[in-house]
Amino acid sequence: MAKKTSLYNLHKKHGAKLVEFAGYEMPIQYKDGIIQEHKFTRSNCGIFDVSHMGQLFIYGKENLTKDLENIFPIDLKKLSVNQSKYSFLMNENAGIHDDLIITKISEGYLIILNAACKEQDFKIIKEKLNTVYDLQLKEDLSLIALQGPEAKNVLEAKIEGVSKLKFMNGGNFKFLDKNIFITRSGYTGEDGFEISIENNHAEKFVEEILKKSAKLIGLGARDTLRMEAGLCLYGNDIDKNTTPIEANLKWAISKNRIDTDYPGSKIIKKQIQSGVEKIRVGIKPESRVIARGNTKIFSNDDKEIGKITSGTFGPSVDHSIAMGYVDNRYSDLNTKLFLEVRGKKIPANVCNLPFYKKNYVKGEINV
Amino acid sequence: MSDVKYSKEHEWLKLDGDVATIGITKHATEMLGDIVFAELPEKGSSVEKDGTAGVVESTKAASDVYTPVSGEVIDANQIIVDDPSKINADPEGEAWFFKLKIKDVKELDTLMNKDEYDKFAKESSQ
Repeated sequence: MAKKTSLYNLHKKHGAKLVEFAGYEMPIQYKDGIIQEHKFTRSNCGIFDVSHMGQLFIYGKENLTKDLENIFPIDLKKLSVNQSKYSFLMNENAGIHDDLIITKISEGYLIILNAACKEQDFKIIKEKLNTVYDLQLKEDLSLIALQGPEAKNVLEAKIEGVSKLKFMNGGNFKFLDKNIFITRSGYTGEDGFEISIENNHAEKFVEEILKKSAKLIGLGARDTLRMEAGLCLYGNDIDKNTTPIEANLKWAISKNRIDTDYPGSKIIKKQIQSGVEKIRVGIKPESRVIARGNTKIFSNDDKEIGKITSGTFGPSVDHSIAMGYVDNRYSDLNTKLFLEVRGKKIPANVCNLPFYKKNYVKGEINV
Repeated sequence: MSDVKYSKEHEWLKLDGDVATIGITKHATEMLGDIVFAELPEKGSSVEKDGTAGVVESTKAASDVYTPVSGEVIDANQIIVDDPSKINADPEGEAWFFKLKIKDVKELDTLMNKDEYDKFAKESSQ
């Protein structure tokens, strides 16, 4: 039996089409459909139930920062309280177990994990930290994302002060006298917030937000939004067989950690110094044809040089879009490629990511 | 509309003499979601009953379009190739897919009428 989030009844009430995703019954879309939901998020405020994601709290004092730096390739010492960073949990080969957001909180750290990886991540992190720290993968908390240019006005009207948060920063707030934790973040290429709230208040919270010009948005639009923003989906675009350098996510490795130890650090250092054989690039087919995951990529002289990992139609860019890994010699901007779709070779070009220009509120330079 | 027939693959077929206009049903578009790409058979090509005669893609997935009868393709609707969203807007009208010169009228007997199809569609989506 698939698990249900605290918003399950609300999803049904709003006409959601439900599918099983990472062991949860989740809304893929509502009545408006993916394209309308996508465009609504880009112009207004979309509400996303992301409660299936893991919320791992690790409680501890000063040594915790040092011990977590042995696991994650970021400079946690420089993180101030309530500040967040994108990072990875890696294996010894620098393959990615999961990508995640780590936030320093006053009692320790909060790590947001992918739903399909959270149990495994918990075990890996717990094992690496030994038994010194209290680790809690909270099942009693929901996670709700508000995304879009109107998100700040919608949320500020209910929770005063949130619009002052900078991107990748958070804080403690109150909703009807209950404690909630809000970060300014998201995964759609839009400004927005993620709200961590107790399960039994989540529905009430979303119902309040729905009174404003906001709508529930399904996982289908979440996927087209993140693709337009050039962001990776774990399991599609990154996995245990890709490193952050190959995934073109070098920016997320802190510079002063390159010479220090963490799982996979030797390989990361080597790949930074001498390059990689394959690399993730943005790819734009020349026609409307959609090249989905596993589509083979060929060079101008018909050599097989890689594979698409994600592809769809981008509703805001009004074009077929894709990303995938190619032989690094074919990764230059505007390199002509061919994608094998239903037996035909479709012309395409290497292009810049993101496909859609981001509208983040500047704070810490993170991207 | 007694001259419209339906297939189990959710295509509709409208007969005019020995020419059949074929498209996908409203029920099919509701199952597929927003359609963003359509590929049609080439004019002059021959298609066989229940064989692939095109592709539609939604934001989520690709699906084959089958022809409910055999014949020669005499026309293909460029309008839906240029603007696939028309398929969601008017699937059983403006957004027809292709026209066939029917090879064997007996094949029409295997298809359903509207009442039969509506019942089939309702049952198959449960």
